[in-house]
Amino acid sequence: MTPEEKTLVEILDEHNPIDLARYINYVTAPQAGAIATFSGTTRDSFEGKTVLELRYEAYKPMAIRCIKSICSSARSSWSLHSIAVAHRLGPVPVGVTSVFIAVSAVHRADALDACKFVIDELKASVPIWKKEVYANGEVWKENSEFLERRLELGRQDGVSGGKNVDFEGHVKKGCCGAKVKVNGGGVANISTGHGGSRELE
Amino acid sequence: MTVIMEGKIKTQTMDTMPKGNEGSSIKIKVLFFARARDLTGLSEMPLEVSSGSSAHDCLNDLVAKFPSLEEIRGCMVLALNEEYTTESATVKDKDELAIIPPISGG
Repeated sequence: MTPEEKTLVEILDEHNPIDLARYINYVTAPQAGAIATFSGTTRDSFEGKTVLELRYEAYKPMAIRCIKSICSSARSSWSLHSIAVAHRLGPVPVGVTSVFIAVSAVHRADALDACKFVIDELKASVPIWKKEVYANGEVWKENSEFLERRLELGRQDGVSGGKNVDFEGHVKKGCCGAKVKVNGGGVANISTGHGGSRELE
Repeated sequence: MTVIMEGKIKTQTMDTMPKGNEGSSIKIKVLFFARARDLTGLSEMPLEVSSGSSAHDCLNDLVAKFPSLEEIRGCMVLALNEEYTTESATVKDKDELAIIPPISGG
């Protein structure tokens, strides 16, 4: 019996590490020749400041909805087998994975492109927040991907105006209006885009 | 029904003009996340507004109560019942309105 196509979305409560193997296992299927994964980990520095840890929180029910919607959009753009997305909440020390995405597909182009899409969309639209903690302060981070997307969120037409899609596929609007972004922007970074960092003591 | 306009009534609304019929009020739940929670000191609160109010009206009420929310007004977004919404959306009784400062997942 061949495993069914499936999607798993988990937002893990504090102090629950992400078991990467579990999610890779989840998407593994005999007919899927490719598994693409993305792991986001806490970096040790930002703009010269030493980072001690990141602390995550989420609007959990909406975050789960949004991620599921992103997965649906991915399925309508690429030919995929299974998808698993996990995001931790609470403190995440340097070097540890806070977000993990695994996508399986018959062919690697679909898996790789969909994996990139999912993390890019997550950073643009899923209601999860992180605080960067330094020795002498902490600051709420702001994803530039969100700041670019902000005015489109909540609009009913659902289609990103002005940006060309450089691959085939029809994007279905989910609750977060998951948009397709043009490739070429580089790696999605943990960054601030709004008035710089504000440090809170 | 007598509408009391003066006196020491503890109300949630400020100087908004009643919209909709007969000035009847509805009650929603407001959620504050991340920086919004830091600014208000609250994770959530009930908010009573006139029936027919928009999310924009609710936000005006909230900023009147918590002027420091003005700091993020320009970069926040709103969600109504777990979906992003524009400020023009009408809120109904028992709705859940979330104040969403710039996100930073991943």
